[in-house]
Amino acid sequence: MYDVIIIGAGVSGCAIARELSRLQLKTIVLEKGLDVCEGTSKANSGIVHAGYDAKPGTLKAKLNVEGNRKMKMLSEELDFAYKQNGSLVLCFDEKDKEKLEELKERGEQNGVTGLQVLDREAVLVIEPHVGNQVVAALYAPTGGIVCPFGLTIALAENAAENGVEFVFDAKVNGINRVETGYQVETKKGNYEARLIINAAGVYADEVHNMVSEDEMKITPRKGEYLLYDKKVGDMVSSTLFQLPTALGKGILVTPTVHGNLLTGPTALDIEDKEGLETSKDGLDQVIEKAALSVNDIPGKAVITSFSGLRAHVTKWNKKEGDFIIEEVKDAPGFIDVAGIESPGLTSAPAIGEYVADMVKRLLKPEAKENFKSTRKGIPSMALASDEERQKLISEDPAYANVICRCEMVTEGEILNAIHRTLGATTTDGVKRRTRAGMGRCQSGFCNPKVVEILAREQKVDESEIRKSGADSWYLLPLEEGRSL
Amino acid sequence: MKTVDLVIIGGGPAGMAAALSAYEKGITDLLILERDKELGGILNQCIHNGFGLHTFREELTGPEYACRYIDMVKEKRIPSLLNTMVVDVQGGMPCLITAMNKESGMFQIKAKAVVLAMGCRERARGAMNIPGFRPAGIYSAGTAQRYVNIEGRMPGKEIVVLGSGDIGLIMARRMTLQGAKVKMVAEIMPYSGGLRRNIVQCLDDFGIPLKLSHTVTEIHGKERVEGVTVARVDESLKPIPGTERFVSCDTLLLSCGLIPENELSQGAGAQMDEVTQGPVVNGRLETTVKGIFACGNVLHVHDLVDNVSKEAAQAGAYAADYILNGEEDWGEAVRPKIPAKSKCSLPEDRDISSQVICIGCPVGCMITVKKKEDGSLDITGNTCKKGEAYARSEFTAPVRTVTSMICVQGGSGVVVPVKTASEIPKEKIQACMDEIKSALVKAPVRVGDVLIENVAGTNIPVVATGNMD
Repeated sequence: MYDVIIIGAGVSGCAIARELSRLQLKTIVLEKGLDVCEGTSKANSGIVHAGYDAKPGTLKAKLNVEGNRKMKMLSEELDFAYKQNGSLVLCFDEKDKEKLEELKERGEQNGVTGLQVLDREAVLVIEPHVGNQVVAALYAPTGGIVCPFGLTIALAENAAENGVEFVFDAKVNGINRVETGYQVETKKGNYEARLIINAAGVYADEVHNMVSEDEMKITPRKGEYLLYDKKVGDMVSSTLFQLPTALGKGILVTPTVHGNLLTGPTALDIEDKEGLETSKDGLDQVIEKAALSVNDIPGKAVITSFSGLRAHVTKWNKKEGDFIIEEVKDAPGFIDVAGIESPGLTSAPAIGEYVADMVKRLLKPEAKENFKSTRKGIPSMALASDEERQKLISEDPAYANVICRCEMVTEGEILNAIHRTLGATTTDGVKRRTRAGMGRCQSGFCNPKVVEILAREQKVDESEIRKSGADSWYLLPLEEGRSL
Repeated sequence: MKTVDLVIIGGGPAGMAAALSAYEKGITDLLILERDKELGGILNQCIHNGFGLHTFREELTGPEYACRYIDMVKEKRIPSLLNTMVVDVQGGMPCLITAMNKESGMFQIKAKAVVLAMGCRERARGAMNIPGFRPAGIYSAGTAQRYVNIEGRMPGKEIVVLGSGDIGLIMARRMTLQGAKVKMVAEIMPYSGGLRRNIVQCLDDFGIPLKLSHTVTEIHGKERVEGVTVARVDESLKPIPGTERFVSCDTLLLSCGLIPENELSQGAGAQMDEVTQGPVVNGRLETTVKGIFACGNVLHVHDLVDNVSKEAAQAGAYAADYILNGEEDWGEAVRPKIPAKSKCSLPEDRDISSQVICIGCPVGCMITVKKKEDGSLDITGNTCKKGEAYARSEFTAPVRTVTSMICVQGGSGVVVPVKTASEIPKEKIQACMDEIKSALVKAPVRVGDVLIENVAGTNIPVVATGNMD
């Protein structure tokens, strides 16, 4: 019997888990994937929004601004990559300038500080490569960028270190009411708890509908992205949004915290909740629209494309477009954390606290005395100084064995990723924790080595190693226990 | 800090040839830095034959070619540091190299000159930007080659190859020999980028279709590749709507070109050449950075390893000159001669009943054979005697050399590369492979060791082409 079951180990679920781990509660996270950060949290823009977009008075507006304010300290506590690089909303038409003022006003109502409307000349000072049609921009100094994997994994590890259990490969098949709360049926067995928190991302509707008559529907809204080589990562320093134009809603061009350039996303409503394929049309759209924001992004520098799914709610009884974070009317003790689309990543730290407050009201737990608020990330040889490198190698020579050439990731870092709390079990898990395979060759060189290390450390055959899901095998099993 | 006259970065064919030639010019205080656990570079996984016709006047497999150079390097006692990654190079007087390995951690070496010989890398999927899912099962041909030929592991059963460069063609054969089904090789250009002889002996021999003017437009499969959409392209290389078809497969191999490995060259501040995609050099193969020379595939992607060795020997000699005689005026940039790209478009209009492509050397002569009334053969189109003999044999009793690997017990690796000591009848290839696949030998194995005495009843032995301790 648990006090709280959290369904979903995305950024919301992990942020909630971390906040609950401050309390004397028995908490468990059930995740259908083999790792944390396997859904919407893994494929998004990685933006810490300033908070001028959301309608004043909404949960989105409140939690965005709060999340933004918390992110810096959280990044220091939990040691993940975050940078306050500022953002610009680009305006391409003199006639639209007043929309920038509206946006600024809305932002100020939401509590965003430092907003400023800049003319073209002032924009050029900050961003010399900005597109020729740009006439003005709204500057938000509090805008930032974050590594979405880094954030989610850090939250999860810290929660786990403070006693939260995580179960992977545990897809929820059904939820039953029991006397003391709920029983959750999963692939990995049944779990009971007094409270359930539904943070199931694009599947939050299905989980919600298991307990409520009040039907919810989430229609995944797909966004396609292009990621560029680090050699063009400095084409922009801030995150560049676009004011919607006649061409439709704009896309962004941003540096990532690791120094790549990212463009996207498109927006297309689809039915398939695993429909993560990119399309020629989508990618062409991204290229075409990005050219408005920044001149001459070299097409040859693309290193990969990907898409993510926003958990967009299309059927719900209340006002549309806001986060749904509430106890379900006809299911007491069941809390929805649904419709967490943009600015969900930014809001995550605030969502964690908001939901923890709800739990506190319901269960009235004591605070934990020995809560450990900090967590140390995996050292990065690529970023370390020569002295730090020498020190790491002297402690463990594996830090001198470079596995990923593009990102300079060593065996030491990969071993650390595998053996730490909630360690990596898949190549994607290694990639998201260490960046091995994230570079310009996209794992062509290091993949066999990473597979070999994973197999060796887990004491299994290499054919058992997966990219992410259960069917994502790399190698055929050996015939009769031997090589070819 | 360690100080040497010459540091060579990379212990593949380029690095070894550069080291040997510098040594012969009198530079005996030199050091090869190699990131892998052995010298030889990518040749170690190129277990097929076709190497060395220029350098050694005989046809060798990749590991055999590498072994010849490794033996020479050992004979001269040229030192090398293995499992050592160079992370930074700075030019000047002296040059400064930062490297690391498990034994010494991070360390720096001062050298009077540096030869860059890091080779090249394959273009990845991202560079092609193929839409679709991102499942497991998409490999560059070279990664698959490493899995099969070094690790002894199969990355899939049903394969589509995109790109008809030589590595793609050779991997199509390699996977087939190991029992996989290669559905097709798709090539976006109207001609193949591979050598003619590879189209014959890697595709035609095994009935693998080469789809020219075709490309993969989408990848299917959420977790593992389940298939690809292949479409015909028009003259501007755009897919033609309506020609798409789904080809089921569990593996997509990409063989879409090579680019010089530029990380260190750029890190050193070398000016780059957009045409060769490698560093700019002068007539002495010196980059724009003082004391840093470049050769082999890091300079530009070569067609033959023999040409890499030749160029690298020059670079080694120039570097030696520089060390011994001091700096000269840099002069002007001289772009290395890039071989004309192979544009092989023969398969569709060829009359196989009377025309054969010679596989004797990379030229790949198209030879016409006609049976005369008296039963003798009229052979035209060959440019050397070997061609005539090949055409005659191909018409009467075709033969092939088979290259593969055999499992090793108790060795430092799991498989050792092998070949049939001479050509065997073409129809015996399958039987030969069956015996090779079920064979198991004990380490150590040396190049030339007979591992199967009489393969498939041909009276021809299978011999090792690599060493295994």
